[in-house]
Amino acid sequence: MYADEMVLDRSNASSAKTPAAPATAVTPAMPAAPAMAPPELPVPPVRTIVLDRAPTLVRPVPEREAVRPLSAFAGPERLSLRHVGVSYAGKDAVRSVSLSIHQGEVLALIGPSGCGKTTLLRTLNRLTELTAGASRTGEILLDGEDIHDLVDTTLRARVAMVFQQPNPFPMSIFDNVAFALREQGRKRPARRQLEPLVVDALRRAGLYDEVRDDLDRPALRLSGGQQQRLCIARAIAPRPEVLLMDEPCSALDPISTGVIEELIGELRRDLAVVIVTHNLAQAHRVADKVAFMYLGDLVEYGGVRDVFEDPRAQRTREYVRGAFG
Amino acid sequence: MSAVAVRSGRTGGRRSSPMSWRWSDRLALAAAWLAGLSLCLIAAAIVLYMGYRGIQYLRPGMIFERPQASADQAGSGGFLDPLLGTIVVSAVGIAIALPLAVASAVWITEYGHGGRLSRALARVVESSIEIVAGTPDIVIAIFGLAVFQLPLLAPLSFQAEGGGVFGRSFIAAGAMMSLLALPPLYAATRDGLQAVPAHMREAAFALGKTRITTVRRVLMPSVRSNIATGTTLGISRIVGSTAIVLILLGSTLRIETQGAVPVVNLLRGTGSSLTTYVYENSPAGEGAAPEKAYAAAFVLLVLVLALNVVIERLGRGRRDVISSVI
Repeated sequence: MYADEMVLDRSNASSAKTPAAPATAVTPAMPAAPAMAPPELPVPPVRTIVLDRAPTLVRPVPEREAVRPLSAFAGPERLSLRHVGVSYAGKDAVRSVSLSIHQGEVLALIGPSGCGKTTLLRTLNRLTELTAGASRTGEILLDGEDIHDLVDTTLRARVAMVFQQPNPFPMSIFDNVAFALREQGRKRPARRQLEPLVVDALRRAGLYDEVRDDLDRPALRLSGGQQQRLCIARAIAPRPEVLLMDEPCSALDPISTGVIEELIGELRRDLAVVIVTHNLAQAHRVADKVAFMYLGDLVEYGGVRDVFEDPRAQRTREYVRGAFG
Repeated sequence: MSAVAVRSGRTGGRRSSPMSWRWSDRLALAAAWLAGLSLCLIAAAIVLYMGYRGIQYLRPGMIFERPQASADQAGSGGFLDPLLGTIVVSAVGIAIALPLAVASAVWITEYGHGGRLSRALARVVESSIEIVAGTPDIVIAIFGLAVFQLPLLAPLSFQAEGGGVFGRSFIAAGAMMSLLALPPLYAATRDGLQAVPAHMREAAFALGKTRITTVRRVLMPSVRSNIATGTTLGISRIVGSTAIVLILLGSTLRIETQGAVPVVNLLRGTGSSLTTYVYENSPAGEGAAPEKAYAAAFVLLVLVLALNVVIERLGRGRRDVISSVI
């Protein structure tokens, strides 16, 4: 580091290292002031290091609204969780969580790794049934009906999910979205009928302008951010009521992340969005409500400003300040 | 192109010389080099010698001429019928093996995890395929003969006046050849399916699709190149097999059809393949025309080498397969 270099320059000037300023954990030791140098040695000039100046931005970052009004689009309750618990082969992954998820709101599930937030998310569309040995207690009501009583294919058309890794199917862009629209067990509708729905879904996902010239291109040729937006388009095409997102931006670059976060802001008008995220800054930017989980328990649940600025639980305070992760 | 100086740095420093090593290490190093070089020499010897003999004896017309029975064995006729025989047997073998292998692989990877019963069945299926893979060709051939000589299967070959079933036909040989092609096809498809990441399947389920729809619309397209590789591997195994054809194809030099119905009479008929043709003409067989044996052997070798090239090109992967996602 440059500070060490300058200290070494003076090592022949003084027999012992003399830190000029009290050393703290944060600031590096400053080189001795020129006045302390022995008069017989010339004082090397203080160099201005480029790092001292603020970094220049290559691209100006668009200003975001500093304060988002809490749930401007708040609507009816879509999902109601009552004392939900999930266990894998006898071991509890989630313990007695009660939450309410409303249309027009984004709920962020935050917490350290292994706290059960992804398990809870996957329970909401019964994807945990794919894992052997998973069992669930408690009730999850979708618009008043227990999701266990719904046919799983119907449930998953109403509660859609976007995954961490973008996973477009090995088909064209059009077919990817059309696959979601073709109903199980019914005759395949004609392309003429599907095309307006596909275009609408791509538009709502913010991808249409970039792919409009050729919808029959293989989906795997798109970039990572575009693939994730295609997965979002695919998920929202059948007009679900709830959109579940499992760390949708963790595999993407910052620009794509920004685009998708803006998209979530728009999508919440028609949907209830539940997003699991590791990134506290993202939760702050995107969410209206925050649920903090720790080792399977729901520790705190409230509005984003309450949880981040004035949390009630000590553990929440520690997590949000970055004491552990 | 630009004025930036390209630094040519040093890549390797001073290394220890074998002269300073122990004897056993020096011996091992020499053995490894020797083995590698001898393999190159052996492969080169096979290809070059067969190439030399083949070019010496292969007249281009031989590929299109039918074998003829004549006093001058060395100069007459070609091997069109044996070549067609090889092609027909491979086609029948793959046509039977492909759906069986792909369906088994799908079942094992997608449905073989459910409960205790499925898992036990999955183990049985895997062991069965390993047993079939390990069975020697000749044993499969003898078994095939026993099966196809049953009176029930008489329509698949020729039934003599006294009631004896001939049991040898293209369909009999093709059916047993499918057992040869089944293990590589199954393994390639299964590995391809297992390589598809779990979140791809989950994405399809999360859209409300059933498992079988996911298999048909999402998984099958992504393992197309694996299936192609497996098919080509299966074909090369079939093309090279002699025992099954010797026993189950009836050993008639020309293709003899059986009955009147157009395609079925070929399947019920008898013939020979390039491998048995080489055997019959070589000094170990009836033997009067080793030149024809060399010519046929050369064509066979070229066929298998071409199949190897195709396998390698297919196996290199296409741009739009799953593995190119992040």
